[in-house]
Amino acid sequence: MNATQHPADKPLVQVKSLVKHFRLPGGWLSGGPRILHAIDDVSLEIYPGQVLGLVGESGCGKTTLGRCILRLVEPTDGQILFEDQNLLALKGDALRRLRQQMQIVFQSPLSSLSPRFRVFDVVAEPLQTHSNLRRHELEATVLGLLEQVGLGQQHLDRYPHELSGGQCQRVAVARALALSPRLLVLDEPTSALDVSVQAQIINLLDELQVQRGLTYLFISHDLGVVQHISDRICVMYLGKLVETGPAEAVFDSPLHPYTQALISAISVPDPTVRRQRIVLPGNVPSPVNPPPGCRFHTRCPLAQERCRVEIPALRQVSEGRSAACHLV
Amino acid sequence: MEPLLRVENLQIEFRTLRGILKPLCGISFDVQRGQVFGLVGETGCGKTLTGLSVLRLVPKPGRIIAGHILLEGQDLLVKSESEMQQIRGCQISMIFQDPSSSLNPVFTVGSQIVRVIRQHQHSTEDQARERAVEVLGAVGLPDAQRLMASYPHELSGGMQQRVMMAMALSCEPALLIADEPTTALDVTIKAQILDLLQSLRNRLNLTILLITHDLGVIAETCDCLAVLYAGHMVEIGSTADIFAAPLHPYTKGLMSASPHRANRGQPLAAIRGTVPSNPGTLVGCPFESRCGLAFDRCRVDKPPLFQNGKAHQSACWLQSAGGEQ
Repeated sequence: MNATQHPADKPLVQVKSLVKHFRLPGGWLSGGPRILHAIDDVSLEIYPGQVLGLVGESGCGKTTLGRCILRLVEPTDGQILFEDQNLLALKGDALRRLRQQMQIVFQSPLSSLSPRFRVFDVVAEPLQTHSNLRRHELEATVLGLLEQVGLGQQHLDRYPHELSGGQCQRVAVARALALSPRLLVLDEPTSALDVSVQAQIINLLDELQVQRGLTYLFISHDLGVVQHISDRICVMYLGKLVETGPAEAVFDSPLHPYTQALISAISVPDPTVRRQRIVLPGNVPSPVNPPPGCRFHTRCPLAQERCRVEIPALRQVSEGRSAACHLV
Repeated sequence: MEPLLRVENLQIEFRTLRGILKPLCGISFDVQRGQVFGLVGETGCGKTLTGLSVLRLVPKPGRIIAGHILLEGQDLLVKSESEMQQIRGCQISMIFQDPSSSLNPVFTVGSQIVRVIRQHQHSTEDQARERAVEVLGAVGLPDAQRLMASYPHELSGGMQQRVMMAMALSCEPALLIADEPTTALDVTIKAQILDLLQSLRNRLNLTILLITHDLGVIAETCDCLAVLYAGHMVEIGSTADIFAAPLHPYTKGLMSASPHRANRGQPLAAIRGTVPSNPGTLVGCPFESRCGLAFDRCRVDKPPLFQNGKAHQSACWLQSAGGEQ
């Protein structure tokens, strides 16, 4: 956790005007194929050694964005630069080499681990794919990785169903670290876990980040967790980036009305605190048919005429902080 | 005053091929009229099972092997199945975590609510429809007439949860059991539903048994709470007392393990290890293996609830000096 940001630092990952549309199959009943606007014109930077928290509700495109960065999903338009290499232009061997530098940890630890692989096989697989280690070297490396995530010799021959949710997630982290990547995309890594176990995994991720100087893209809908771990924060709503800035500043004085509502909705485990919750009316509109103008205007308590027609651009408001709202 | 719901020494046992599991080992609490009572704990601690057993819906092969469940002084465990049918949905209703799997996908919202009403009240189809529209309005759903004719898949998660609440409240139950009502919902929708629960409680003087793992939700909505751990009740008291001064190491652990503003930038105080899998077989304190303060007695003796203050109790040997049994 390193809150100081050096603007002089070159970003590790640059996402430029990224667009991802999914074509939904549709028969004659639903009136032909429809387009789901998962990500629309999103730009962001991830700086080396930092944790970028990506927050938003379900369906806002945060997971798709994470997957685009790893090219698990092909973007429709836009650019992604990893250091100076254009990720979207890479093919074959070059892409495979670059992929060693970035790994992902998924939300559900049980479904992201093959039930037929033992813990050893799970963690050894990336090493076998990308390097030619001898058997005893492989064993030593795998054991070393497991020890780093708080597991040990006794877990090597277990199958995922024999482990608890927290232990499975530790194995997933060990697998992600196997090739010493520089970027880890963490897609809701603690959502499936209980509070006490969640705390263990967050502490582990924190430690690893400091020890190995890792860069995280931490995707979550849980603002409490994001606030705890992130240096900078990006807030997404319905495929658009609505606010970015240093974590502390965003949580202290959110600019965008959506961020304000999100932050006011965090429940505080203290009965003496009576906070004014901003309750947004209605539901998130469908990304198949997003509202014109500002996508948030259907629920925004401050919406004006202009918001209904004109799309607000993400503008820099102060040093390191931007928001996409006509009223900011 | 007689409590609306009294649960006394509730014990449940599952006889399986692999042996006997005992997921609930003696839970006791009182819910007063008009109160919101919280049951908090992690996965597998027995909080949902407690809720289900109040409705006598413990899934097979589970059985209630001991205890009493008194609703307005009447023991529900001695009622016949047909008597229970009348109590469920009429005097006690329950809403669940996942609204989409609680609603029947092949019937319209209206017909499902009407059916509940006609099951319990002697009313005509028209009267029941009128009542259904009324309760849909009461849970804040606009355009209730049109909604009556829609199917569950046409509604969002938040709207489905409101429909569930409308259905649960349609026969004006005395007690609503809400099992993780906001867990499957997004942050902004969760805020809406919590707001609604509060206003329903004030308007209808509803008594709510709220089951959740989220201490934030408890702090905001409950008057009293019980903390469950591995089938045991480890602490019970008023929300104000417990949050001001938690007594049991597990409660303290839960509170410091959740990330919030105050502990930003510091490592979280995680509770080491995991929940024991079959708490029924434990001889000592169920939390002993994860407790940083455990001593010899914790390994051999199960601590009873110790009184500390007027209505604050906790099951920890460390309290035995200060409090009384």
